[in-house]
Amino acid sequence: MKLFDQTWELFKKEIVLEWRSKYAFNGVLLYVVSTVFICYISFNLTPGFDKSQGYKVVWNVLFWIIILFASVNAIAKSFMQESKSRLLYYYSIASPHAIILSKTIYNILLMSLLSILALIVYLLFFTNTIGDPLFYFLVVILGSISFSTVFTMISAIASKAGNNGTLMAILSFPVIIPVILMLIRLSKNAMDGIERSLSYGDIGALCAINAIVIATALLLFPYLWRD
Amino acid sequence: MKFINQLMNKVYIVCLAFYRFLQRQAPKIWWKILAVTLVFYTLFGGLLFGVPHLFSLHETIRNLYFHVPMWFAMLSAFMISVFYSILYLRTNNEEYDFAAVECVNTGMLFYALGLITGMLWAKYTWGEYWSGDPKQNCAAIAFLLYCAYLVLRNSVDEEQKRAKISAIYNIFAFPIMIVLIFIIPRMGDSLHPGNGGNPGFNAYNLDSRMRVVLYPAFIGWSLISVWIANIRYRIRLIENKKTQIN
Repeated sequence: MKLFDQTWELFKKEIVLEWRSKYAFNGVLLYVVSTVFICYISFNLTPGFDKSQGYKVVWNVLFWIIILFASVNAIAKSFMQESKSRLLYYYSIASPHAIILSKTIYNILLMSLLSILALIVYLLFFTNTIGDPLFYFLVVILGSISFSTVFTMISAIASKAGNNGTLMAILSFPVIIPVILMLIRLSKNAMDGIERSLSYGDIGALCAINAIVIATALLLFPYLWRD
Repeated sequence: MKFINQLMNKVYIVCLAFYRFLQRQAPKIWWKILAVTLVFYTLFGGLLFGVPHLFSLHETIRNLYFHVPMWFAMLSAFMISVFYSILYLRTNNEEYDFAAVECVNTGMLFYALGLITGMLWAKYTWGEYWSGDPKQNCAAIAFLLYCAYLVLRNSVDEEQKRAKISAIYNIFAFPIMIVLIFIIPRMGDSLHPGNGGNPGFNAYNLDSRMRVVLYPAFIGWSLISVWIANIRYRIRLIENKKTQIN
């Protein structure tokens, strides 16, 4: 179980580092709160919008777009903040699988926490129209897991290729569009309170995409880190 | 992890043996003649042979002979490209990177042709060139995925690093492309045959008269795409030799 031990140690190290500075967490949280607040103010410019018919659709889509950009910002840092010499040190003490796994697990934790907080803030400002809150919550967790797995691998690629934000966006958006489409459909079902069994197919597809992404990341990362 | 690696090694060895066989065939003329013959056969056969007359399709059903083979040609080019990317990661031989990128370039050509023939067909059967059908949208997204591959290549200057990163992204993009084009539209409400609960052409109207033309078209256009990639690869090799400092 060497891989497991290494992953666990690196995961602990990520948390300790984040706990000391709280930079990524606080930064992205502030980003989410201010975005939600801007949306709230702009929506208030049109009185009576929350009674209109398209309100639910806008509510749902807006939430996912906020989470999408928050997660790009949060996860792009995961490889950029590491200095070159520190990366070299990791590679000499741990296997590449452990590094990518620990980063992915850490990002899943960070994103789940952030998106739950974002959901709470969002619910605070906007009128709650969710029909099936538990299921919506589950979809949010699933969404943050999917975003983390995809963005971690993409940020590893982007950090090797010049480290700029444009590249991160170009590389990740085609991969993330199908995921976010499925998430929006799932969460719309949860909002309308449609029976849960109708959404199982989409949940299965999302899990399958996650499995593919993690498998390819595990297979490809050992080639990526060597310079 | 060890088991997966062993399994991958076995698959890799089998693929390599097949690749050696193909490499011996590549300089030979027979498959080029076969490709040209088959494509000309499907051109004439597709336009002249009898087809079933179906509601709302009428004679546009002949587009089946030209639309679907484009995707087969694209798929074979992309599959070969992924194979070369894997070879590059294993051996770090620059030539494999050239082969991979030229296969992607060729695949993009057939991708565009597949989109265009599909759009033309959609104009006559669905009423619009682009009606926002899930199949069309997913195909457009997957097109972006491969455009990103080409942009990624241009963003890195150092050759070996560029080859490595683009090989990794290529392998990463291929399964996502498969999911986008062939799996997601099947789950949504697409009008495309074979998707969204619609039966494919196989189910009811692809009678034996159409199979006689369609299957040779698959082989012919796939061979043509391999041929184009082959020529482009050789041109790139010569260019590379010319610009080298010795």
